[in-house]
Amino acid sequence: MSAVHDLAIIGAGPAGMAAAVMAAELRLSTVVLDEQPEPGGQIYRGIERLAATRSRHLELLGPDYALGLELTRAFRASSIEYLSGTQVWQVEPAGRIFYRRNDVAGILQAKKILIAPGAMERPMPVPGWTLPGVLTCGAGQTVLKANGLAPKGRFVLAGCGPLLLLLAAQLTRCGIKPTAILQTTFNRWAAAPHLLGFLGAPGYLIKGLGLLRELKAAGIPIHNVSRFAIKGDTQARAVEFVCNGAARTIEVDTVFLHQGVVPNSNLAWSLNLDHRWDDVQRCYHPKLDAWGRASNAAVLVAGDAGGIVGAKGAEFMGLIAAAAAAVDLGKVGAEQAEERTRDAKTALNKQRAARPFLDHLYRPEQRWIAPPEPDTIVCRCEEVRAGEIRRLVTEQNCPGPNQLKSFVRCGMGPCQGRLCGLTAVEMIAESRGVPVSEVGYYRIRPPIKPVTIGDLATLDVPERSDAVHM
Amino acid sequence: MFALLPDNPSERITVHVDGNTVGVPPGFTAAAAMLLHGASSTRTTPVTGEPRAPYCMMGVCFECLMQIDGEPNQQGCLVTVVEGMRIERQLGKCKVDE
Repeated sequence: MSAVHDLAIIGAGPAGMAAAVMAAELRLSTVVLDEQPEPGGQIYRGIERLAATRSRHLELLGPDYALGLELTRAFRASSIEYLSGTQVWQVEPAGRIFYRRNDVAGILQAKKILIAPGAMERPMPVPGWTLPGVLTCGAGQTVLKANGLAPKGRFVLAGCGPLLLLLAAQLTRCGIKPTAILQTTFNRWAAAPHLLGFLGAPGYLIKGLGLLRELKAAGIPIHNVSRFAIKGDTQARAVEFVCNGAARTIEVDTVFLHQGVVPNSNLAWSLNLDHRWDDVQRCYHPKLDAWGRASNAAVLVAGDAGGIVGAKGAEFMGLIAAAAAAVDLGKVGAEQAEERTRDAKTALNKQRAARPFLDHLYRPEQRWIAPPEPDTIVCRCEEVRAGEIRRLVTEQNCPGPNQLKSFVRCGMGPCQGRLCGLTAVEMIAESRGVPVSEVGYYRIRPPIKPVTIGDLATLDVPERSDAVHM
Repeated sequence: MFALLPDNPSERITVHVDGNTVGVPPGFTAAAAMLLHGASSTRTTPVTGEPRAPYCMMGVCFECLMQIDGEPNQQGCLVTVVEGMRIERQLGKCKVDE
């Protein structure tokens, strides 16, 4: 094992990149571990390659995406160690990190760990969501950005949230028009009291209205739907929905689902960080102080993993958390850190003030969170259905998500509960008639990414003095 | 299911998707190669044999588990293609060769 790093950053999205730049400026020896082959995270996915080889597409994706170029350049220019294509499977609370890179396992040690794994899309368990041809809007955007790929044939986007409208607009600009947008949630009255904060964040309203105008001008219908199901045999063939009380069917080849984003939380849970339930965003957040320090003294969290703040907000959080790490390591005084982060904190507060409007506007109703149809799959890996979970809670007194694992392996497949965790805890809470915070979450244990015995065998671990030889 | 947009660069890397020799632009992942050239379903589940396909394309859902260069259970969306890569569907449970 090489020297101990001052700071290890996990994730190279806006939060991780901004943190790395700040850490380098504050002279922390810093290593960044990221799962993706290139920096940018999901939001700026593939941006370097795209700017170099497909500049025409950069225009179509819009100015917010292009913003990532500047940050990516600063990241590349900073004096940090960057490990791309690196899957972290375990972080020990004392700062030892186990990872896999190029089929070889490695360990490194850091005094402070800043986790910035970003967001993932909230699971949207609807009938037929496991069929081939059904992807998330994030997936649609990823292949558009990273690969210049667009769906062939007829497709719809279903669910709600800014990303759904953005993807629809981006594809439309590329000449690939969706057949329809099926909007599940648009709580304008619940959102209205939070409009002021939203207006305080630069450009948000103009962007939102701009997208809606663009879609309208392109003649793409937006239907508000109260029911939604995907039909198909071996792949998606049609969507059925209820709009204004009338049942309708549209034939499709591809469906993009989106129900907002939530923290990508398995790493934080695996570290046993304290969490709190956010009843508006309907997800757990790690408990953090104003600088991003988590309940474990060695750990900081930045970006959407600490609660959804968006790309700009994530950048500010990263910068602030890196400064906090420098303070804790005695590399910089508290006053100097205060000084260097003042503008970022002001800007972060503006970004944060915009969230309640969006959170309320697109807060999914219960039927999109806890599927009422008994046959709908909740745990995609182990194929556990909604009816079975309800039955286990009401008839077998299954009290929580960890007991659910014992009953039916819910959350125990390859994705380790990432795609069913929030659905499972919401359904258990609903069936028991208690708040979600009382139900808790899956106990997430390392390895949080699959690791083979072969990988483990490549580990260069110093032998323990108490090892027993047989 | 998916097609390349116009204005994509013409450079191609040769890979084998389910035995078919095809070209994909550099920087593609194995899962993206499947979306462009593969069958609509890229695996069947070990539990009931249901057909599945890439879903999140960002490493969280594990729906794009596939066989890459003979190695099963690889997250296709996290593996960048290289010249000559063999990318194959994964049907049902994986077995250890005897």
